[in-house]
Amino acid sequence: MSNLPGVWGTWGGYLPFFVAGFLASEPWRWAGALIGRDLDPNSEVFIWVRAVSSAIVAGLVARLVVFPTGAMAAMSAPTRYGAAAVGIAAFFAFRKNLGAGVLAGTLALLAGHFIIG
Amino acid sequence: MRAFWQGTLAMYGVPALVLYAGILGYGAFAREVGLTLGQALALPIFLQALPAQVVLADHAARGASLAAAALAVSLTAVRFLPMTVVIMPWLKGHSGPRWHELLVVHFVAVTVWIEGLRRLPTAPAEVRLVYYLGIGVGILTGTLASTALGYLAAGTVPQWMAAALLFTMPLTFLLAMIETARSRADHFAIVAGVVIAPFASMWLPGFDLLVTGLAGGTLAWVLGRWRRA
Repeated sequence: MSNLPGVWGTWGGYLPFFVAGFLASEPWRWAGALIGRDLDPNSEVFIWVRAVSSAIVAGLVARLVVFPTGAMAAMSAPTRYGAAAVGIAAFFAFRKNLGAGVLAGTLALLAGHFIIG
Repeated sequence: MRAFWQGTLAMYGVPALVLYAGILGYGAFAREVGLTLGQALALPIFLQALPAQVVLADHAARGASLAAAALAVSLTAVRFLPMTVVIMPWLKGHSGPRWHELLVVHFVAVTVWIEGLRRLPTAPAEVRLVYYLGIGVGILTGTLASTALGYLAAGTVPQWMAAALLFTMPLTFLLAMIETARSRADHFAIVAGVVIAPFASMWLPGFDLLVTGLAGGTLAWVLGRWRRA
């Protein structure tokens, strides 16, 4: 049994999470499946929806780098932005290789942290 | 069945491995705020989305009401609607009943979505649904293992290492998106999202990703049309 306060410790400790978790998020996926099924991938609406989801994920990325939480908050802003730039440059330099970009960016972050601070 | 196991191999790909690094942090966080190991493992199964898991665990730890927690989680999950719409053309060429589609879209979340967009086009149409199910189940398996590891190893990793592990996630998402972008609108959308989100985050916390998506995506679509004309 959990030590969580209020409703969260009741109903075995799982049902509240099922209700506020699964039931609160899953309908969005079902709606997407029903709408997306009959949409032509070459239609303007589809191109727009694709652009919206790309912007959302790109926004998530920017938020994580610009307003870091947890351990990443210990890295200075120049270190974070510089490391992201190095990662992107390496990704293109190695002909869009995902592993090369991520590795170079992460090494740049550590180098920046220990050299610049 | 072969397509399923080929899909599960995605759990060893770069986006997935990087996700696990972030999940280690979630596991440690879940323990810190007082969830049992069972609850920490239940959240990824229910939600299959790291940001929503952190939001929900945080609300539970602070004793928030069920309604407030459900609203916050639902806001982080709105993005699954457009993401599911985008992946659907790859998932509907199968011969099974339609409700199978409603089951596999449970795995729509950034990492599985990106892996789906990268890998589905290379698979034959009739096995794509099963292949996608394999990707989802494979990555969920890795997610549960990392959650347990992070929960049990909480506080034993030096901070610089934790920071490096966390940093790989946004970088991987960004690079994988550039890799899968096809049209001009896709490229414009990535730039617009990166530029708009920090401002939206300051001015409209809670709704920031929604606003970023609608404003940035619409702008990108208009620019993309204009460039085609």
